Amino acid sequence: MDTAYLIETVIKVVVILLVFSALAGIGTYFERKILAFMQRRLGPMNVGPYGLLQVAADGIKLFTKEDIIPTNVVAPIFKIAPVITAATAFMAAAAIPFLPQFTLFGYTVHPIVADINIGILYILGMMGVGLYGPLLGGMASANKFSLLSAARGAAVFISYEVVTGLSILAPIMLVGSLSLVDFNEYQAGGIGNWIVWSQPLAFVLFWIAAFAETGRTPFHLIANDHEIIDGFGTEYSGMRWGLFAIGEYANMFFLSFVIPLLFLGGYGDGTLLGALGLLAKMAFFFFFFLWTRAAWPDVRPDQLMWLCWKVLMPLAVINVVITGFIMMF
Amino acid sequence: MFEAIAFYLFAFLTISMFYITVTTSQALYALAALAAGMIFISAFFFILGADFLGAIQIVVYSGAVMALYAFGMMFFDTTRDIKEKQGNRAIVFGLSTIAATLVVVIFAAPMVSNNITALYPIIEGAGNTQQVGMVLFTKYLVPFEVAAVMLLVAMIAGIVLAGKKMDLSLTLMSDDEVMKLKNEQNKKVLL
Repeated sequence: MDTAYLIETVIKVVVILLVFSALAGIGTYFERKILAFMQRRLGPMNVGPYGLLQVAADGIKLFTKEDIIPTNVVAPIFKIAPVITAATAFMAAAAIPFLPQFTLFGYTVHPIVADINIGILYILGMMGVGLYGPLLGGMASANKFSLLSAARGAAVFISYEVVTGLSILAPIMLVGSLSLVDFNEYQAGGIGNWIVWSQPLAFVLFWIAAFAETGRTPFHLIANDHEIIDGFGTEYSGMRWGLFAIGEYANMFFLSFVIPLLFLGGYGDGTLLGALGLLAKMAFFFFFFLWTRAAWPDVRPDQLMWLCWKVLMPLAVINVVITGFIMMF
Repeated sequence: MFEAIAFYLFAFLTISMFYITVTTSQALYALAALAAGMIFISAFFFILGADFLGAIQIVVYSGAVMALYAFGMMFFDTTRDIKEKQGNRAIVFGLSTIAATLVVVIFAAPMVSNNITALYPIIEGAGNTQQVGMVLFTKYLVPFEVAAVMLLVAMIAGIVLAGKKMDLSLTLMSDDEVMKLKNEQNKKVLL
């Protein structure tokens, strides 16, 4: 392992951390503006032009707020839970190729931290670990509503992890690899080669499950807004609560990268146009997360379970079986 | 050198996590340390170049410990310490030491005597995942299929046990119907 590789990796990690923690902040601004637009409001307007500096104001507020640790909580677990959410979200990013490789001052840069050959499995696993944040936070809070929220969260995540895994299995069978770079190369031939045309069902299932994985509306049962409190985050204040938010928004961005890379051609043949295309697809999927929040109500927990176990999972299994038969004959 | 540093770092972390799991009397500490230890173990697979097994370790054990959390939530108030019933400490300590030593000896003996040969040598050009698949579907096909059947049996048993009143939905019933159901159940208990 030579020094150049080490330095390159450290720089990549720092860049990804900085860019996506900033994006997570700006993501909250996008969310407010888009929700406001869809509900005929103005949204944040007062801080800076068009309320753009609202992000900075929120940041100052979160950083300077008193960090309250309530009396009856299990303090070490309570403190570490938000860190788990944020850290695992960024760890999952290690296996995502954000852009095609490009040459900078005569040095070829691969914009992926670790091109391991099991990329997608690692990403899903890491996002699965991420749900320890809400779970531990809720259980350590000594608050009944937090505990209920943690229980709901565990149920939703464990159920929908099944759908994610099964829906992704059929495309993996087609490509014959778990690396996102290989997925991209498989679809590099143009729009006709996109996996979404051969696996439309898997695409829709993965997309639905992505909403559950990030805990967004219509599966926003984890931090249930209807209870007027913030679910597992009820007892948190200041930056610890902010870390939960950063984790959630970073996860949304990373999944918005993963869905196009898996199903919609990724960065294509690796030209500048392809790279811009990937960013545009990412922007669309991120917008869709916010659009859904404005347009749809939450589903009830029993409907959520019904949807997962009686509709989505059988569909995913049938999809895998049919794909297997078609590939065999 | 990096491998050595990583190995000793994760060895230390794993052992200390499992030490916390065994010694603490606080259910949340135990479960969180167990989950962390399981995830740290995956680092050894990554160091050895077995990426697939490492990722599987993370996926499987994070889910398994999650299920333990669910039980913890049902059985304990997880914010309180648990008073454990401790029997004869000397016996517990002695037996666990002997068991641990035995396991180490069993696994270390073939290594010390250099008696290990790879029955299925690494196939050049095949990826990590493919190699696991090849061994699984040639040499270990029968155990693999038996495990699959056992899982199927467990799954069907789970459905039968949990699904006795699956056609009833309390949310869709009217209050009268719910009360009627409740009365019937109470009668059964009294009988």
